[in-house]
Amino acid sequence: MSGNEKRAFDRPVFERPKSLVDVKTHFCPGCHHGIAHRIVAEAIDHFDLREKTVGVACVGCSVFLYDYIDVDVVEAPHGRAPAVATGVKRALPDRFVFTYQGDGDLAAIGTSEIIHAANRGENITVIFINNTTYGMTGGQMAPTTMLGQRTSTTPYGREFSTAGYPIKMAELLAQLEGVAFSARVATSSPAQIRKAKEAVRTAFDMQIRRMGLSVVEFLSTCPTNWGMKPNDARKRVLGEMIDFFPLGTFKERKQADFV
Amino acid sequence: MSDMANVDVQREFVKGNEAICHGAIAAGCRHYFGYPITPQNDIPEYMAAHMGPLGGVFLQAESEVATINMLLGTAATGKRVMTSSSGPGISLMQEGISYMAGSELPAVIVNISRSGPGLGGIAPSQGDYFQAVKGGGHGGCRIPVLAPHSVQEMYELTMLAFDIADRYRTPVMILGDAIIGQMKEPYTPAPSKYPPPAPKSWATVGCAGRSRQHVKSLFLKDDDIERHNWKLDEKIHAIEAAETRAESYRLDDARIVLVAFGTAARVCKTVIQWARKEGIPVGMIRPITLFPFPKQLVHEAAGKADVVVVIEMNTGQMVEDVRIATSHHEKIRFIGKPCAMPTPDDLLADIRRIAGELS
Ligand SMILES: Cc1ncc(C[n+]2csc(CCOP(=O)(O)OP(=O)(O)O)c2C)c(N)n1
Ligand code: SF4
Repeated sequence: MSGNEKRAFDRPVFERPKSLVDVKTHFCPGCHHGIAHRIVAEAIDHFDLREKTVGVACVGCSVFLYDYIDVDVVEAPHGRAPAVATGVKRALPDRFVFTYQGDGDLAAIGTSEIIHAANRGENITVIFINNTTYGMTGGQMAPTTMLGQRTSTTPYGREFSTAGYPIKMAELLAQLEGVAFSARVATSSPAQIRKAKEAVRTAFDMQIRRMGLSVVEFLSTCPTNWGMKPNDARKRVLGEMIDFFPLGTFKERKQADFV
Repeated sequence: MSDMANVDVQREFVKGNEAICHGAIAAGCRHYFGYPITPQNDIPEYMAAHMGPLGGVFLQAESEVATINMLLGTAATGKRVMTSSSGPGISLMQEGISYMAGSELPAVIVNISRSGPGLGGIAPSQGDYFQAVKGGGHGGCRIPVLAPHSVQEMYELTMLAFDIADRYRTPVMILGDAIIGQMKEPYTPAPSKYPPPAPKSWATVGCAGRSRQHVKSLFLKDDDIERHNWKLDEKIHAIEAAETRAESYRLDDARIVLVAFGTAARVCKTVIQWARKEGIPVGMIRPITLFPFPKQLVHEAAGKADVVVVIEMNTGQMVEDVRIATSHHEKIRFIGKPCAMPTPDDLLADIRRIAGELS
């Protein structure tokens, strides 16, 4: 083996991000929370933010973020993470502050908190995991549940006449002046994961440049509560979900309001 | 005498609500979050004008729900932080108060209470007694509650509230009412006599130079939540042992013992002076901490007295704690009005009648 070949062999192609704790996952097989964690941890490493980050965990399967990401974390009551993050960021404006919230958390009980934090242009980053259901409590309807989707509280399928329509949070938040960046991504294919990484980096960068609130909505899976095999759950995202929740960037501010 | 005695501090003539702000600022509080509600709007208005120039943060939140969670976030960074509200707003804060108690986060929450339940009215009331002292949130959480009865105390107890909050890592409530909040009287804004808070190594400020840490109230593994509950219980016992405060007013020879707090206690002081002139031996216990309740003092005084009269601006809430504190139940009476203070004249007439029954 020549010297050059040896170097190529030793060069790592895949490593654990430094900010990801070396533990076994407890998430269900096929759940995409873990992929989102990794992407967040990579972005923390990329901007070298580990020592100056305060994460805000929410309620739901997402709360266990603090078992996986190697940063200081404050846990918020259900839905209130954007208000908690506001308190953290206002007290420590030079720290990097992000929330990690599920759809029940952000789009139901916490709608008021996210809309007002967004409208104030709080310099925080919101990672929003949309799996169209309440994972932790056993698969009840979420505000993002698709029409026709069966959940334990829409046993005949969600009907708009009684349960309303799924909320498109990334589009909704993009309307608000205080929002610097709003995008929707998925993690069901390698190409999507690459785009998700880019979106999260842009969102982080927005906060670093004090541009306002940045939010990345992840289309995620909940095979357990969807009653699907992991691969079928992944396919549901690619088909049904992306159809209704289009991927893309809905807002990207070029300049800060205040310099 | 403390060093402070030599400091030449001007007496000032201010509202109770403003004295709370002065106390908070003197205690080093530079972070305030709130949402308007009568009769405490002087507090957010004052803080809006003063936090910024002092290099701090004022933010009017979109709701009391958001407010208390902003407190939670700021408290987690180790900074001194305060909010103020009134009954309906405090109800909305209950969730956050429980989370802060569970997460062992210090903060000061002021309730300048009004009449209820529901939207009630803006008349002064002590109807939030149960809400304040029997919890302040779900899951068995209890937090210290301080009840000032003068503008001076609005100032001093606010500084004490920050001190207790930090020493025990707990939210602390100041329970006033519309009268004490709106009333103006002279007071002396002497600097805080409490030492600055110890460094908060538990605060989540970024993990530079140490391993990561969490501020949380979720304990799912094994017996963690049980251990946590016992730990919080121990803390409450420590607070009971060290922080119970009450004023004994002309108690030594009292045959008729009044028990009253806050505004009601002020009226009682006047009535006691009048009654004493008529030779009626009446005195008062004024709980300064409503939780922890001064059980021992009430128990001893009740043993010696002929009658214990609980006087409140509600239909009788603290009277339950007085009953718990003593076995002399037959001596306990209640005089109260839900949404107003009995006048000194009315109260004197009641005391005369009680004295007459005794002789
Ligand atoms: C005030 C309050 N209401 C309800 C709950 C119960 N609860 C726990 S998790 C959850 C749903 C979370 O769903 P989501 O945000 O979609 O997160 P996921 O579990 O799917 O990650 C609910 C309703 C709670 N903890 N607090
Ligand atoms: S219940 Fe759903 S969201 Fe929760 S870990 Fe399992 S798959 Fe993931």
